[in-house]
Amino acid sequence: MLEMFGPENGLFALALATILAFWQCVIPLWGLRSDRLRLINMASSLAISQALALIYSFFCLIVAAARDDFSVRNIAENSAISKPFLYKITGVWGNHEGSILLWILILGLCSMAVALTGRRGKVKLPATLRARVLVVLGAISVGFEFFCILTSNPFARLFPVPSDGMGMNPLLQDPGLAFHPPILYTGYVGFAVPFAFAVAALWEGRVNALWGWWVRNWTVAAWAFLTCGITMGSWWSYYILGWGGYWFWDPVENASLIPWLSGTALLHSALVVEKRESLKVWTILLALACFSFSLSGTFLVRSGILNSVHAFANDPARGIFILSLLGIITGGSMVLFAWRAPSLVAEGGLFAPISREGALVVNNILLCSLCAVVLTGTMYPPFMQLLFGQTLSVGKPFFDATTIPLTIPLLLVMGFGVGLSWKHAKLAPLLRRLSVPCALAIISFILSLFWLNSLLASLCAGLAIWVIAASLGDFWFRRKALTSLWHIPRFMVATLLAHCGVAITILGLCGMSAAQQTVVEAHKGEHFSLAGYDWKLQNVHTVDGKNYTAQQADIIVSRHHHIVAVMHPEKRYFEQQNQSTMNVSIHTNFLRDLYAVLGDIHEDGAQTSYILRLHDNPLAPWIWLGGLIMALGGFISLTHRRFHKGAAHAAQLRRARRQASP
Amino acid sequence: MALTRRHLLTALPVIGTAALGVGFWEMLKGMKSGHFDPHAVDTPIIGRDLPDFPALEGLTDLGEGFSSETLRAQTKPVLVNFMASWCVPCVLEMPFLKTVSSEATIWGIVYKDKAERAAAFIQRNGAPYQRIGQDPQGTAAIEWGVTGVPESFLVMPGGKIVWHGSAALDKDTFLYTIRPMLNQFKEKAG
Repeated sequence: MLEMFGPENGLFALALATILAFWQCVIPLWGLRSDRLRLINMASSLAISQALALIYSFFCLIVAAARDDFSVRNIAENSAISKPFLYKITGVWGNHEGSILLWILILGLCSMAVALTGRRGKVKLPATLRARVLVVLGAISVGFEFFCILTSNPFARLFPVPSDGMGMNPLLQDPGLAFHPPILYTGYVGFAVPFAFAVAALWEGRVNALWGWWVRNWTVAAWAFLTCGITMGSWWSYYILGWGGYWFWDPVENASLIPWLSGTALLHSALVVEKRESLKVWTILLALACFSFSLSGTFLVRSGILNSVHAFANDPARGIFILSLLGIITGGSMVLFAWRAPSLVAEGGLFAPISREGALVVNNILLCSLCAVVLTGTMYPPFMQLLFGQTLSVGKPFFDATTIPLTIPLLLVMGFGVGLSWKHAKLAPLLRRLSVPCALAIISFILSLFWLNSLLASLCAGLAIWVIAASLGDFWFRRKALTSLWHIPRFMVATLLAHCGVAITILGLCGMSAAQQTVVEAHKGEHFSLAGYDWKLQNVHTVDGKNYTAQQADIIVSRHHHIVAVMHPEKRYFEQQNQSTMNVSIHTNFLRDLYAVLGDIHEDGAQTSYILRLHDNPLAPWIWLGGLIMALGGFISLTHRRFHKGAAHAAQLRRARRQASP
Repeated sequence: MALTRRHLLTALPVIGTAALGVGFWEMLKGMKSGHFDPHAVDTPIIGRDLPDFPALEGLTDLGEGFSSETLRAQTKPVLVNFMASWCVPCVLEMPFLKTVSSEATIWGIVYKDKAERAAAFIQRNGAPYQRIGQDPQGTAAIEWGVTGVPESFLVMPGGKIVWHGSAALDKDTFLYTIRPMLNQFKEKAG
């Protein structure tokens, strides 16, 4: 049975998918040119078949990994017989070739989703728009499938066949990281759909509320996955790397933050297109930029241009291939934008500066500035080196100094924005409603000044409370206006959750700014005090794992002679890779993390001493909790299928009026 | 079609993208040919005055310590060598340092090491250093911008650093880089 899922079958399926993607790009294009509906409608079935071929191909790779088929080079290099079964499967996407295939698979699934959704109901996707979107997605797929087959074939065979594989990097052997890449990639790749919609809009020369609805929903979906992915990545670096930090402003981390920031801006501006048919050209540009940033992230990580701790096997030949693809996709779309955007009719709904639209414009300006700052900080070192031959690195001090001043007004506007009405808002009643949140914010600002000893961090904490209080207050106010108490529109819940999630993350970051840590050289039985706790190294013993041996420490943490926690940090040694990992022990009560790492072991005659790193991280879990709440908000908003005919109707009326009175 | 402000504005993203694209292209080309190394660390200390560092204690019987002032006050070039007994490349470097110690003045800085271990190690290798300073906390190393051991610096009289190597000193480096610099100094001095 499994014989039909051999590596060659996988490669053939991938080749088939490439051909199908090519036709998905060409046939509807021909249909659109010659106005033949049958050819146009073929786009959907081609997209579905392409996705099925890719699923088959990916499944073949998983089968090869599960069966320990070391005749496949990729598996021989990254797997081993002793590896736990779960990681044999997830290890498929833990390396360059496999992750590219996963990337393509997700893109194929997105195409399939575009082909299958919007068939009936109020938000019916017009056949020509669907075909145009699928043409663009097909073209992107062809490019990356060629890349996969020509430069990074995951099914390449190896001869002679080794008896065992080389094993995976032990750092990646972790359930959190196993599912981090697929989720993150879904986020990255999901932005391809808004991109395709934007290209289709430029091509068609028409943008309307319905287009805004589709772009917003796809953006929210991609954004929610990306949020989840970044959150998981940050959590992984916190508890696996054992450095006690959660974000290092590493180029690869920034490469995911840049699309996230521009994606956040996009989902808000697409909302304006949907509800008010304004900001159209800007939204198109953001949609193009968002996917371009996602792609550049992939490219920069894999070409080795960025000096990062995240290493993929670097190969300049692959770099040139991806750069050419990037040039065609991004460069092409930008040229199309410069050519077509000026002639798009800008007949958007007008709005006063003090209105929901106005607040969203401010939101967009601030988010894009943040995005520009992160982009500058990331690209500055390689460009300085290229142009002036200077090597330098840009790190936390730069990003702290530039991002915090931009985050503060963003949080401020978030509190106001949700309470403003569309078109033209009256400020006085809103300010009355916001007096309670404002008072709460000031109180928490003053309280946190005592606790955090930092003006900026306290200000951020106060503003985070302001956002939560203002969002809750607004939710309560709107709920009163509803006729039924039980039918709260899901978009309101979604907004509330997403905004509170941001605030919770900010509170976590503020708490972490008061974190304390110490590094000690400990003998068995020694006591240390940190952050009001007494930490005692009780014992260290050896533990055997499946493919490692570990030294495990018992640390007893107590406060006022009551035991708070017994922690067991480990230092694992993986013989096969000759590599050690530090397994952090974390004790959390959701208000603070106690965090212990067992480092080097010094044997000095009869005395053995252990290097311990102890951390006290207040509010640390909130950073990731906030991220998950944000993503949850995004997913909830996707279940809300309502589309207001109002905006579209008003726009039609405006168009009709203009035509009537030339 | 008249060229409006809109046309100019919408052309901006194209220009930005093109600039980034050309940059990336150049970087990739540079990586292939070896001009561009993203992991390179440069040594901005060359050509500058040596950094101020606290006076370093010497090692008994092997050499007295020194400070930045003593180093500046020298009349001959000095090769400053950061080393430690726990460092494998330092062990390999030692015999070579001994052979060139007749030709160049070498001062050592013991980086993050215990005095007795360092002393035994240096003694065993024929003591190539005229002076030895101890830097048990690695604070002087931070001032010099040392990222690991062994690293060496060539300091001219007056305190100008003319050469920096962040690897074990070998024959080629000495013959083709350091000796010409020493000879140049001798010629100038007459």
